[in-house]
Amino acid sequence: MTNFLVAAESSAELSFPVLTSLIVVPFLGAVLVALVPKARVEAHRLIALMASVITGALSVWVLLTFDRTDGGFQFRSDDPNVWIESLGIRWDLAVDGISLFLVVLTGFLFPLAIIGVKPEHSPKSYFAWIILLEAGVMGVFMSLDLFFFFVFFEVVLVPMYFLIGTWGHGNRIYAATKFFLFTMFGSALMMIGILAIVFFHESATGIVTFDVVALAEGQNWGVDAGRWIFLSFVLAFSVKVPVFPVHTWLPDAHTEAPTAGSVILAGVMLKLGTYGFFRFGLYLFPEAATWFAPVLMILGTVGILYGAAAATVQKDLKRLVAYSSVAHLGFIVLGTFAITTESLTGSVVQMVNHGLSTGALFFLVGWMYERRHTRQIAELGGLQKAAPVFAAMFTLVMLSSIGLPGLNGFVGEFLILLGAFVANPWIASVAATGVIFAAVYLLWAYQRVFHGKAEGDNATMEDLRPNELLVLFPMIVLIIFLGVYPKPMIERIEPSIEVLVAHIDANVDGWTEPTADVLVAEESHDEGEEEEEEGESE
Amino acid sequence: MILAQAQTIAAPSVDVSILLPMLFMAVGGLLILTMTSIKKDIPAWFITSWAVGSCGGAIISSIVLWNQLGNDGASSTVAGAVGFDGFSVFLTVVIASAVAMASLLAHPYLEREGLEGVELHVLLLLSGTGGIVMAFSNDLIVFFLGLETLSMAVYVLAAMHRRRIQSQEAGMKYFVLGAFSSTFLLYGIALIYGATGSTNLIEIQGFLANNLLVEDGLLLGGIALLIVGLAFKVGAAPFHSWTPDVYDGAPTPVVAYMASGVKAAGFAALLRILSSTFSSVVDDWVPAIEVIAALTLIIGSLSAIVQTNVKRMLAYSSISHAGFIMLGVLAASDRGTSAALFYLFTYAFLVSGTMAALTILGGKGDNDFSFESMQGLGRRKPILAFALMIFLFAQAGIPFTSGFVAKFGVIAAAVDSENYWVAIVAVFAAVVGAFLYLKVLVSMFLQEPQDNARDVEIPGSVGVVLATAVVVTLLFGIFPGLLDGFATDALVELTTGQ
Repeated sequence: MTNFLVAAESSAELSFPVLTSLIVVPFLGAVLVALVPKARVEAHRLIALMASVITGALSVWVLLTFDRTDGGFQFRSDDPNVWIESLGIRWDLAVDGISLFLVVLTGFLFPLAIIGVKPEHSPKSYFAWIILLEAGVMGVFMSLDLFFFFVFFEVVLVPMYFLIGTWGHGNRIYAATKFFLFTMFGSALMMIGILAIVFFHESATGIVTFDVVALAEGQNWGVDAGRWIFLSFVLAFSVKVPVFPVHTWLPDAHTEAPTAGSVILAGVMLKLGTYGFFRFGLYLFPEAATWFAPVLMILGTVGILYGAAAATVQKDLKRLVAYSSVAHLGFIVLGTFAITTESLTGSVVQMVNHGLSTGALFFLVGWMYERRHTRQIAELGGLQKAAPVFAAMFTLVMLSSIGLPGLNGFVGEFLILLGAFVANPWIASVAATGVIFAAVYLLWAYQRVFHGKAEGDNATMEDLRPNELLVLFPMIVLIIFLGVYPKPMIERIEPSIEVLVAHIDANVDGWTEPTADVLVAEESHDEGEEEEEEGESE
Repeated sequence: MILAQAQTIAAPSVDVSILLPMLFMAVGGLLILTMTSIKKDIPAWFITSWAVGSCGGAIISSIVLWNQLGNDGASSTVAGAVGFDGFSVFLTVVIASAVAMASLLAHPYLEREGLEGVELHVLLLLSGTGGIVMAFSNDLIVFFLGLETLSMAVYVLAAMHRRRIQSQEAGMKYFVLGAFSSTFLLYGIALIYGATGSTNLIEIQGFLANNLLVEDGLLLGGIALLIVGLAFKVGAAPFHSWTPDVYDGAPTPVVAYMASGVKAAGFAALLRILSSTFSSVVDDWVPAIEVIAALTLIIGSLSAIVQTNVKRMLAYSSISHAGFIMLGVLAASDRGTSAALFYLFTYAFLVSGTMAALTILGGKGDNDFSFESMQGLGRRKPILAFALMIFLFAQAGIPFTSGFVAKFGVIAAAVDSENYWVAIVAVFAAVVGAFLYLKVLVSMFLQEPQDNARDVEIPGSVGVVLATAVVVTLLFGIFPGLLDGFATDALVELTTGQ
């Protein structure tokens, strides 16, 4: 894997530890917020906003200086700080095409979440937790050391727990506790898995290291052990994504969370799981991942259909959006485990798109709740008349979520389905119906909420305020831009995906990337499928 | 002729510098006892400062010894009965810190409960001396001596609150059961002596390394009884049943010491005797410790869930912590030992911090530990609630607290020694544990304060303990490398070298 060496060389010129600062700036922001006395109400928000804006600006700087031709890890320090010597744990951060846009998405969404919604009470701790959460999320996306990855993966639970538990609605304590325990339970076995591969690596090479690159290159564990350990990782990520059937915490958490919490939860936190599938699933366990791929593709598809079906019957608008997330994330899982360059690229694109469109939807639903104090679809209706701008924005974001061509959602779903079709036409065909279902439940919900005759408070609902438009504006711009011209994003993602696919190819005997050839000639179709099955059974 | 021979019996050479830490503690305790019996009106602050100063002396002399160790290497003195190695020095710091923190907590506690006097401090110092002797012991007899010194003092300490019936009950219970477990230990030592011909750890280790026992019944019986006795001391299942009652009844500062100092001393013996001395017969005792560890983890975390009293719940959680440290013991490796040491060090601070918060929250009478009494603490006493939150996070093993690194370390050691199933039990126990601590956090932060909520103040000395514990918990949580280096060097070295 010469690519990684190249990456290491290119980052040698870097002196300013920009990735570290992406974690440290929000962390210091949180400390600062905690130190400012409670009485100075506006100061907390201002500090949190400043910290998140600086972080966002830094992440954009990373995006601009990112070398689009390089598929390896960039901005990586040659000589990472040793954290725990006896275990070979190092502070080792990097980004590649897969994590780059997730880092930028995080840097982009947090300032908006801070501007977009004011907490109902105790602003000090609210802003401290939110900005601390940003530090944790950044850490997950950039850590190449398995220890730190795990640490950040776990630590993000705490701020989110308090955000849901303190500022949430209704059944918030139940939702927060369920969220916390589900996720912690899911990742418990992953810790053993991490340790197991580290010590397998040690007994083969004599070096204790948590460096994911060294571990992935080494592959120093047996096939059976690898598959078991892969499962422990899959459980952790599946809960986080969430993949059907371990998704049940999500509707509760999303519904009870405060608006900013839902935006962040859907926008970036669910991506911790899907990102984990890439970096610590496919990359770390290529053999096991290809072996389990059909199962996970099916689970992803079940998620798409189940999420859509559940969303259709929801009475609560926020819960409906939450279930739509389950469906969208199903697409990402499907694309990930189809393991073709197109589907993997599509999955990364879709992670960003889902963050934008669902994030925006949660903002809109949250503002609607602020005005109407209800989320019940039955109690809403005819809002279009009183709030035309609101309705227009909702339409646009909703269409992006449905995957209308010309908006961002289409690009990701199309690439995923394209890749998945090559890998397994049957599963892809079933999954494709999910796109139609998405149109059904969202349009139906739109019709019930915005059309019809407005009664009572619905007739006088306030339209979007300027500051709310300010929050939505950048999201809308990106939704349209990425829909019309996704090339800048895709050309940065693709080299890393190619490296990943090459890595899988090199480490799995008898596996080759599924190509469209199998579909071209009618006769060779069956043959192709047989080959694939052979690959799976090995 | 016979007389002449008797005169030539040489006393073993004693290297006093090695014994300095225990001398600081023991002499410090006895001196203040003498002083108060001569001069009645010595103020309480002086007694507390004296006790803390004695511990400080022990810690400083340990630091000097540590450096000496770096230059000269491990050695033993008093005819090989006292071992001087990184392990013993490291644990001395842990035990002395535990005593110092308990003394600081006891200061306002004694005043509030109207129990002024020197006894508690003296007993803490003497008990700590016993613990240090255990950490240094290279001989089963010396070890037993240390253990009894430690235990006798703690029996009295548990019953220290004269006007609380539960405290009397705790003392009585602990004494009867403790004495019982001591007999197991003593019998175990006798059997081991019978099997190996020595009570000296160095000689036992040498004997086992060079001889294969054809009839190992005596040895196995001895090890089994030893395990029973020590498992009792550290509160490991199935010998844990005294823990909740005693923790519940004993004065809270004493509980802080029992959970930190006594546990550290107990594990010192387990690590020194089992993991090191009997390392050549691991197959004989590791299965037993595996079962004990798993049982301890399961019983500790599950029983804690149903508790309605925070102090009692923490007693059960301390049982499950013992289970985690057991993972370090059963690894029977250098990695396991240093992981257990890291755990003991950080746990001593965070449990003392937790008990410091409870000392304040318990109120006069030391008995109000219901979940209701903690409601809305985050709003009433934000700083205290923040400190307690850090400790609970650390106990739950949330990253960036010392508790996470400690748990990670012992589980890593268990996985490294391929004890997978116990490691799996441990991670699930950690999840159950997290639920417990969340329950307390929910009361503190997410529920409204009750109308009749008591106003609490943080006395200065308790504040010191809280601050120290928060700093240690966060510092070694965020930068574990600072402590890990010491823990890695602090290994048991059984050597006859002078």
